[in-house]
Amino acid sequence: MNQKKTELLHQEYLKKLNRERKVVRIYQLLIFIAFFALWEISSQQKWIDPLLFSSPSKIWNMLIVKTMDGSLAVNLGVTLAETVLGFILGTLTGTILAAILWWSPLLSRILDPYLVILNSMPKVALGPILIVALGTNMTSIIAMGAIISVIITTIVVYTAFKEVDPNYLKVLQTFGATRTQCFREAILPASFPTIISTLKVNVGLSWVGVIVGEFLVSARGLGYMIIYGFQVFNFTLVFLSLLVIAVFATVMYQLVELLEKKLIKSNQ
Amino acid sequence: MDFLTLTGIQHTYFTQTTAVNALNNISLHVQEGEFVSFLGPSGCGKTTLLSIIAGLIEPTDGQVKLEGKSVKDSANQTGYMLQQDYLFPWKTIEENIFLGLKISGTLKDTKKAEVLSLLKQMGLENVEKHYPKQLSGGMRQRVALVRTLATEPKLLMLDEPFSALDYQTKLKLEDLVSNTFKTFGKTAILVTHDIGEAIAMSDRIFLFSPRPGRLHRTFIIPDELRNLSPFEARNHPLYNELFQTVWKELESIEPEEN
Repeated sequence: MNQKKTELLHQEYLKKLNRERKVVRIYQLLIFIAFFALWEISSQQKWIDPLLFSSPSKIWNMLIVKTMDGSLAVNLGVTLAETVLGFILGTLTGTILAAILWWSPLLSRILDPYLVILNSMPKVALGPILIVALGTNMTSIIAMGAIISVIITTIVVYTAFKEVDPNYLKVLQTFGATRTQCFREAILPASFPTIISTLKVNVGLSWVGVIVGEFLVSARGLGYMIIYGFQVFNFTLVFLSLLVIAVFATVMYQLVELLEKKLIKSNQ
Repeated sequence: MDFLTLTGIQHTYFTQTTAVNALNNISLHVQEGEFVSFLGPSGCGKTTLLSIIAGLIEPTDGQVKLEGKSVKDSANQTGYMLQQDYLFPWKTIEENIFLGLKISGTLKDTKKAEVLSLLKQMGLENVEKHYPKQLSGGMRQRVALVRTLATEPKLLMLDEPFSALDYQTKLKLEDLVSNTFKTFGKTAILVTHDIGEAIAMSDRIFLFSPRPGRLHRTFIIPDELRNLSPFEARNHPLYNELFQTVWKELESIEPEEN
């Protein structure tokens, strides 16, 4: 009797949850449709300048044209490759630097003010120097994607390394562990959650670095499409690139989130 | 020859503004197979002294000798149990108890089987593949005990290992630990501020007074209590008598609290 009642209540609770989820989805979809519909109508009714602000239908046509002639795929591929490489390079280098700083407390004290300076410096301002040094090619763009995230990764991961409970190290030291063993057995695994959350931040940062890099190099990629569209006053092309960036940046972020869920799960 | 000898241990912590004298001229001996307790109020440097004996801290002055050798040279001879279990949450129970052997590079199949059977003796079955989160506080502390015993240390140091547990679990663990150590003939030092625990478990109690930490008095536990398990000892008439004596002594060394 009582159990039946509990079961019934549970069913009702689940239904309520489901209903709430549906409401959220419907509103999300409504906002999406309303935004593009309003954009289309105001462009056709000339409430906004169609030359400057384009319209969803024009962008759609442009998408088909650019997909057919293959130029979108090429530019997208280049940008994606640069972003992923820059992202991995930045995160990896940052983590390795953090490990070196943890290894030598003296070095970390010596380098502290320089890290602060480098961190407060707007990294995209280094763009021209990178291009001069590495050439107007993919290498300098990847370097931009990496350099923008490397210092902040170093600082955040190093802080995480330092905050690991010293009692874990004490346990290892009583077993006669070396510093390498302490790092491998305690410091690194204990900091995994922090490293994963810096990955999330770095996805966004790498996109910034790569797009700015492509603005400067102006040869290929989505950033190039934006700057080219701007120069020839083809704003439909600019909007198309922006929407493609939005979609793929989101996908990349979701992938990192998926990775996080997998790794944290194995941690439990 | 004595198993463990401390001569004139002196330790001072330095900061920018102060030099705090944590331990002052401590000398004592511990026999092989003996179970001794360091009892004292907080601030008497018990944990510092334990870290010095474990070779984790170099004392400002004085010597620690284990079987006639300096503790620095006899790494891996000591096992250390902390206030909380400090099992590594990202490792399984199995990986946790093999940790010491892995670190010292002596992880062999025969050794593995031994350690796993020790885990069984502690009343923990079929938990090898579990993660620490899935176990209760008492079980985790038992796993930590297995981890400490796995490397077969000659001297075991327990830094208030029962203080984070509820009373019932604590009493059960006291019996288990005392029994295990007696069976293996281990020498152990227990740091505690719990008078009852010290009396129930030890052969001798070293009472420390604070600021700076000094050896105030040594109590020898009578054989009647020594031969009982900690739980039984707590019910013995002599236990209460001794409790009162130690209590008064403790009161006398920290009058400023009243």
